[in-house]
Amino acid sequence: MDRAWHQIALDVLKANEVRLIPYVPDNVLKPLIAAIHADPFFHAFTVAREEEAVGIVAGAWMAGTRGMVLMQTSGFATLANVLASLPCAFQIPVLLMISERGTMGEFNQGQAAVWRTMRPTLEALAMEYHVVTRLDECEFIMDRTIQQAHLTQLPAALVLSPLLTGGKPTARQVVA
Amino acid sequence: MIVAHNAKRMYRFDLMQRLVARLEHEEAVIGGIGNTNFDLWSAGHRAQNFYMLGSMGLAVPIALGVALAQPERKVFAVEGDGSLLMQLGCLATVATLAPKNLAILVMDNGVYQITGGQETPAARADYAAIARGCGLAGAAWAADEADFERLVGQCLATDGPHFIAVKLDDQPPVTQTERDPPQIRDRFMRGMGAKRSKLLG
Repeated sequence: MDRAWHQIALDVLKANEVRLIPYVPDNVLKPLIAAIHADPFFHAFTVAREEEAVGIVAGAWMAGTRGMVLMQTSGFATLANVLASLPCAFQIPVLLMISERGTMGEFNQGQAAVWRTMRPTLEALAMEYHVVTRLDECEFIMDRTIQQAHLTQLPAALVLSPLLTGGKPTARQVVA
Repeated sequence: MIVAHNAKRMYRFDLMQRLVARLEHEEAVIGGIGNTNFDLWSAGHRAQNFYMLGSMGLAVPIALGVALAQPERKVFAVEGDGSLLMQLGCLATVATLAPKNLAILVMDNGVYQITGGQETPAARADYAAIARGCGLAGAAWAADEADFERLVGQCLATDGPHFIAVKLDDQPPVTQTERDPPQIRDRFMRGMGAKRSKLLG
């Protein structure tokens, strides 16, 4: 049986020795977060803001430990200044894994509105990013993106499309 | 307990020199945006210093990352009051993770000095009390220079996480840090032993 996307992500992170995982939680990322917490290879913990996690991963990398920040689309939208002035300016391979909310059946108007800022922001920052949509491409894209970030000392983002993850199920009724 | 308004207003550059003079074991120091890192630079460049640029509020998170990566090395975050105010949540994160090797030094002049001295919106706030409220039980104000020396000694000699706040006078920084981010990062990585290179450092 095919591995699920979150099993592939876990395997790729381990293969690339990405250990430190600060995150702001997200429903779609739940199985990955659970698997990372269950595996003693990783050090995973929540932070109050995504900005904080970018600082932690940047500091850890400069001291010899690789890390990745997990977040959802709305969290990414809080990051333009710190990405520009820390990993982009200092050339530090801060890795972001973004669960894509706000598209393909989104019920929350706020998420739908902030979704429109994600790609323009990544492009304006000239950050390498890839949207993962297919299970059969998942390992290759994740593995090569992480490798390239470290080889070139530049930040990169992996966007997990609802096409890959199933996204957050569309609510048929009003949901907070 | 010494409350904030009783703490003596001290000179940032003097305190920075006192801190740096106590560092004998390649301790890492992360200087936050602006005048804190300018005076860290002015106190004498060390390979273990990192001078932040625009990511206001991230000195503590960067220091936390270094501390987690190298638990045997003492790490100081030197942050301004306005900067910390932007990222208060990081104190809760530090208290929860409780890295023994991390010390936070908050330099409180009550104003955004670098942009013209406008007051911060924290006239009634007590940063040591905020830190204690987040779970950093030993957080304290330094009453004067001698007390500052004593608290720094405690950071160096005992397990943390530690939190020291100091009240500053209004003297400007001595000079400005050289702004060359990749070079600063490269030097710091060598200082951390995280990078070896045949290129001259």
